[in-house]
Amino acid sequence: MIKAVMMMNTQGKPRLAKFYDFLPVEKQQELIRGVFSVLSSRPENVSNFLEIDSLFGPDSRLVYKHYATLYFVLVFDGSENELAMLDLIQVLVETLDKCFSNVCELDIVFNYSKLHTVLDEIVFGGQVLETRTDEVMKAVEEISKLEAASNSISLVPKSVSGWRGGR
Amino acid sequence: MDNMFQRSLEDLIKGFRLQLLGESSFISRALEEIRREIKATDLSTKSTALHKLSYLAAIHGVDMSWAAFHAVEVVSSSRFHHKRIGYQAITQSFHDQTSVLLLITNQLRKDLNSVNEYEVSLGLECLSRIGTHDLARDLSPEVFTLLGSSKSFVRKKATGVVLRVFDKYPDAVKVCFKRLVENLETSDPQILSAVVGVFCELASKDPSSCLPLAPEFFKILIESRNNWVLIKVLKIFAKLASVEPRLGKKVAEPICEHMKRTVAKSLVFECVRTVVSSLSDHEAAVKLAVAKIGEFLVEDDPNLKYLGLHALSIAAPKHLWAVLENKEAVVKALSDEDPNVKLEALHLLMAMDSYELCAKSDPLFCNEIIISVLSVCSRNAYEIIVDFNWYVSLLGEMTRIPNCQRGEEIEHQLIDIGMRVGDARPQLVRVSWALLIDPAMLGNLFLHPILSAASWVSGEYVEFAKNPYELVEALVQPRTDLLPPYIRAIYIHSVFKVLVFCLGSYFSAQESSSGSSSTVAFTYESILNLVNVIEIGVWPLSGAYDVEVQERAKNVLGFIGMAKQDIAKKVNLQDNEAEACRVTAFMEDVFSEELGPISANAQEKVFVPDGLELEENLGDLEEICGKFLKPVESDSVPCADKISFSVSNLRIRDQQEASSSSTSLPPKASSSLLAEHRKRHGMYYLTSEKNDPDSNGTPNDYPPANDLASEILLDPLDPKRKAKHRKSRPVVVKLDEGDESRIITSQAKTKQESVTDDESLSRAIQSALLVNKKGKEREAKGIQI
Repeated sequence: MIKAVMMMNTQGKPRLAKFYDFLPVEKQQELIRGVFSVLSSRPENVSNFLEIDSLFGPDSRLVYKHYATLYFVLVFDGSENELAMLDLIQVLVETLDKCFSNVCELDIVFNYSKLHTVLDEIVFGGQVLETRTDEVMKAVEEISKLEAASNSISLVPKSVSGWRGGR
Repeated sequence: MDNMFQRSLEDLIKGFRLQLLGESSFISRALEEIRREIKATDLSTKSTALHKLSYLAAIHGVDMSWAAFHAVEVVSSSRFHHKRIGYQAITQSFHDQTSVLLLITNQLRKDLNSVNEYEVSLGLECLSRIGTHDLARDLSPEVFTLLGSSKSFVRKKATGVVLRVFDKYPDAVKVCFKRLVENLETSDPQILSAVVGVFCELASKDPSSCLPLAPEFFKILIESRNNWVLIKVLKIFAKLASVEPRLGKKVAEPICEHMKRTVAKSLVFECVRTVVSSLSDHEAAVKLAVAKIGEFLVEDDPNLKYLGLHALSIAAPKHLWAVLENKEAVVKALSDEDPNVKLEALHLLMAMDSYELCAKSDPLFCNEIIISVLSVCSRNAYEIIVDFNWYVSLLGEMTRIPNCQRGEEIEHQLIDIGMRVGDARPQLVRVSWALLIDPAMLGNLFLHPILSAASWVSGEYVEFAKNPYELVEALVQPRTDLLPPYIRAIYIHSVFKVLVFCLGSYFSAQESSSGSSSTVAFTYESILNLVNVIEIGVWPLSGAYDVEVQERAKNVLGFIGMAKQDIAKKVNLQDNEAEACRVTAFMEDVFSEELGPISANAQEKVFVPDGLELEENLGDLEEICGKFLKPVESDSVPCADKISFSVSNLRIRDQQEASSSSTSLPPKASSSLLAEHRKRHGMYYLTSEKNDPDSNGTPNDYPPANDLASEILLDPLDPKRKAKHRKSRPVVVKLDEGDESRIITSQAKTKQESVTDDESLSRAIQSALLVNKKGKEREAKGIQI
């Protein structure tokens, strides 16, 4: 089971933090900080795994990947394969890339909802449900269409709603 | 509309990045705004506000539990956009204690029955994250329906929610299990992947319940080509094989096939892991797995190396040969630059019964392991050790490893730990006693340093000993004749300390007739016995050839002589004016002062007293002390006069410091003195230039050996003494080394903030403790080689 998915930049600012077991917000922030402090002290060219029992409890493992200014972090337990989790990060990044074409950190910052949509298609309730990028994209596009459709049902003229920056 | 001017989430984010007010004030302003907006009746306004709040909660840790009811309101909207926001907020912030939780039941039901699969998906996701017993119970019929939906998208998601529903409402199993199993036969790989994922979790919790499905899983194992699916199935079999060993036989074959055929490293690793953890009795499979591990270990990719070591450490307890086969890789990993790899290698070695390992492999390897373990563990004053009792017993065990040549390092650590870690002292004394009592140890030259440490520790921390009598027996046993005199001297002094302690407790017990406060109670007979044993043991040494041994023996005997009378007297009187009593109390006082480690930088921290000029030219001293000192400029051989030694020594040191810090001489140092000294002691003087062609190119502090030999008698500035100043290299009893900040106890360490890799090692060591119970027993018995 996947316990958490996190994205944070190299200064420790979280860009995404999803915990699949309920935790109060203070604890969440604490964990994010804890993970960041471990990650920032890792040199390059070392393995991408960490034991983080003290943060997440027994049998917790962490896999991370460093892309430019972002750390992608997956926390999981013994029922997931480590290398498969590493692949999953790859899948997530590739999907984001397709979604935003040459994704960079700013895309992630400004597209908080879409980010969640993508992630929710891949990881559902702590389980990996979808690993094919195109399937995820299909679902994400459908959802975006639905959203846009429901959003524009208003008495405000279209030009104005466009101005409001419906992304 | 009201929300035309409302800031959306995007506006909030943009504003955040551009803000000049400071984060917290920006957030509080935004929060105020949100609180106002969220109370609006218009759902759009509400949902936007909720959306912003969710963002703040997730990214900035703002509490959003107060908005629970609003989330329920938003979710009831018919618009997909609002629903999404509402569900996201709910999923993120609701928990078992949220009071409004039950209010969403109906809404969830409606959405689960929706035609739109994305609405269904929203509802399912919400249920999978926050589902409670009641929700699960009420909605399991819907879940059941969805598990049979024609849309694979929906079925996939429904499978994902099953786990939570089963977990919270076990009765749901009766309803939904069949459908779940049906899905096992689906041809859709994603649904299959989801289903086996669910079964994997179920098998972890309760393997026997999934056992009947073994044939289905077997079919998948053989037929599937999807790596994700295969990995999960392998995990299932790992759990099932542990309850049903016969399964192992059946699956070993297909697993080996996969191992041979696949190119996916993840699958290979999972196969290897399954084999070594659950199928460890199947030789052929294990052999293949170990071969694959070997391949992983020599890869460049640090991930593979790490995982290879991890698998090896699982295999190691039952298959020691696997480690031996890969021992070069393991030893290489000990010094790998990746801390994970290093720690994993260390963990591997510690988890094994190192005694057995070394018995079967060559001494060089043993010693390499030992020195690596010692150095890693002692780094930064034993930063990574949490359980010192275990570490101390490990040190004792290392001593017993045949061909152990690391006596000095172990000795150093025993004493160092004794000084630094108060809580470890009882264990230290125990381990030391076991080492001391063992006659075989005495014969081994390499172990003498360890024995000296053991005896010092026993003497110094005798108050933690369970049975001082046994300690004394160990220290005076006849075979100690094999020890060199300087270690013997330590033994005798430790005997003295033990004696003082015992007498002290005896006397104080006599004084306070209401039971003794110490843990060891001495009767008249036992104390007399003790004293006699010591006397008999030490008496022959009073005529020893070595002056130190002789002196110490005589000290002990003298003390005993005095104490004996008073012990006899003490039987009758409560007279605390007895001389022996006072002397004993006095000695106890002396010994009770704790010796602690001293930093190598301690001297620097001592402030130079006012008026003491260290850097001035001491030529003026001539006039004052001229009558006492020989003239410095003369070429005559400098005398070994104490004063001149210290003065010129001071000068030399000062010049050394001055010259070693820079190539150009600092203004205060007198170059004339330098030249003088160089003239006099040419070959002994270190050049300030590191690249001096005269030097041998060796960067050490010592002059070439040949030059030494001829001058050693004449020169008071003996290189050995110089060496002491320079390096403070400790001799046998180590009291002067290490960091300034005394590490008080292992429990006093607080390292909650930063989690280092090393902490995980401590967990590894803790778990290895279970394996090392065997070693502890052996050590408790004491005599065994």
